[in-house]
Amino acid sequence: MRSIKNNQLYQLFKTQLLLTIREPEVLFWGMVFPVLISIGLGLAFTQQTESKFNVILVEKNKTELDSLLNIYATKAHSKGENIQNWEISNKTLGNTIFKFSESDWNSAIISLKRGEADVVVTDSLGKAVYHFDPLNSQSQLAYMKLSALVKSPASSMSTENTDIEPLTLKGVRYIDFLIPGLIAFGLMSSIMWGVSYTIIERRSQKLLRRMVATPMKKSNFLFALMFVRILMNVVESLILFFFAWLIFDIHIQGNIGALIVLFLAGNLAFTGIAILVASRTTKTEVGSGLINAVQMPMMLLSGIFFSYHNFPEWSIGVIKLLPLTALTDGIRSIFNEGAGWMEVIYPTCILSALGVICFAVGMKLFKWN
Amino acid sequence: MYQIEVKDIYKSFKDVHAVRGISFAIRPGEFVALLGPNGAGKTTTVEMMEGLKNPDSGEILLQGKSWLKNEKDLRSIIGLSLQETRFSEKLTIFETLCLFGSFFRLGEKRVNEIIELTGLESKQKSMVGTLSGGQRQRLALGVALLNTPQILFLDEPTTGLDPHSRLDLWKILKQLKDSEKTTLILTTHYMEEAESLCDRIIIIDEGKILKDGKLEDLLDEDSRNLDELFINLTGKALRENGNVVL
Repeated sequence: MRSIKNNQLYQLFKTQLLLTIREPEVLFWGMVFPVLISIGLGLAFTQQTESKFNVILVEKNKTELDSLLNIYATKAHSKGENIQNWEISNKTLGNTIFKFSESDWNSAIISLKRGEADVVVTDSLGKAVYHFDPLNSQSQLAYMKLSALVKSPASSMSTENTDIEPLTLKGVRYIDFLIPGLIAFGLMSSIMWGVSYTIIERRSQKLLRRMVATPMKKSNFLFALMFVRILMNVVESLILFFFAWLIFDIHIQGNIGALIVLFLAGNLAFTGIAILVASRTTKTEVGSGLINAVQMPMMLLSGIFFSYHNFPEWSIGVIKLLPLTALTDGIRSIFNEGAGWMEVIYPTCILSALGVICFAVGMKLFKWN
Repeated sequence: MYQIEVKDIYKSFKDVHAVRGISFAIRPGEFVALLGPNGAGKTTTVEMMEGLKNPDSGEILLQGKSWLKNEKDLRSIIGLSLQETRFSEKLTIFETLCLFGSFFRLGEKRVNEIIELTGLESKQKSMVGTLSGGQRQRLALGVALLNTPQILFLDEPTTGLDPHSRLDLWKILKQLKDSEKTTLILTTHYMEEAESLCDRIIIIDEGKILKDGKLEDLLDEDSRNLDELFINLTGKALRENGNVVL
């Protein structure tokens, strides 16, 4: 019986795997970095933090705000200026702190431009007038909270909101949204660099030409690259999922079989795209540009970090056609919405078909020499 | 029957005419040097013989078979080393040879034979990235010899090597010559390499054959060595102070 060690697909797979794991950078960027990103973003968006607003008072006469500050604010001295802190405790929404300082108009505007101040308050007939950029959501929030406080300090300072019922359901937190996105993004990024860049680098080293000068079956070389990436992606995703489960109690609510099939379809789609991207060029610089040109729009548009529903209505139809969007939405629906086979069959078929078509076209155009 | 027949081949790249009507035939077991300066058309000619480039016109037959219809068969009977191939730096010599061996369905037994033949026993577990220029060339030769090729193409196998490493490589090739099983086509711009290894020398310049024959037939009173012959043929030196003159 012929030993598996003499099998070219086995040898291509083995050597490609060795080359991958012998690069410490690959292990860091592929495995450690996504975990660090998810922990960082997860903590940033899941911890209840204090809201801080800086308000500059430019007043000629006292207003109703000043009388409230006399009652509720505590005086402090910071960096040579007198400031007043007004702290409002709230168990549901987190504490809010307003920091008031006094200044002249010109200095106040400079502080506003530098982002040091959120709102500038002047007076008009004993009433406070608020100055801020209405397009700046932080300033708008500061204004809304502060004006509500001025109008009815007692009700606005209640420590609990009885009309808010915090949602603690699984799948609605930001981290639940983020982890499936990071898994999909990690898959795309790992394949685009792992497959495209490897092909272009081998071509520039004339190693591809050396290999096709033997009876090697060309498709075996590409399959080996794909299989190694699938293996690495499984490991990377499991590590990410493990940490997400450990730290944030993430769960997969839908069908795991459907998730595995969708994951494989994603691998197929991006391997096909990667082969197509790398089919002609011999220059690694051109290759990096091409990879970024494919990756960047999807990274920004496909809703990895934030929902793409914030984009204009007309663009959403186009964004949904992107393979990374299909993959991310599919994985997210299985993780958070309990989706099964039927819900992900459409993206799975589309991604697989895209992969096969790109693979075939890439093979046709492929420059081995 | 000839091992290789090259019939009036032409090859151009954009506006550069690299090969302009080259013809020759090589018998089994012959060691042939294609000698010429850089840009003479040696590599293009050899790469067409290796089936890596197609001639614009003309025909190339290996054992009477053309590349067009018999690529799979011909790939398994030839061995080659390209100019400046860089094997993966993070694989060992043993792993690299096993990988290429698998393309010919050869196992570790043949890999070990090649390691012994090329004198790389002590380095077999070393990463390719740590090898010297001479060791890399011996690995390239080892990869070329894995399938015990009937026809071996070596494109400038000793360019850039120190004299000691060059002699090491020549020793391996002389062993191969003694076995009389392999036909060798070697491109070089080193006179000594052509003189000491090859039965026959084909001098090429500007895509054409200037002279073709055994060393003793090429030399005469005006041309006492290959350097002088090349100057008499072209009016320019093949190399000057160790550097190639274009």
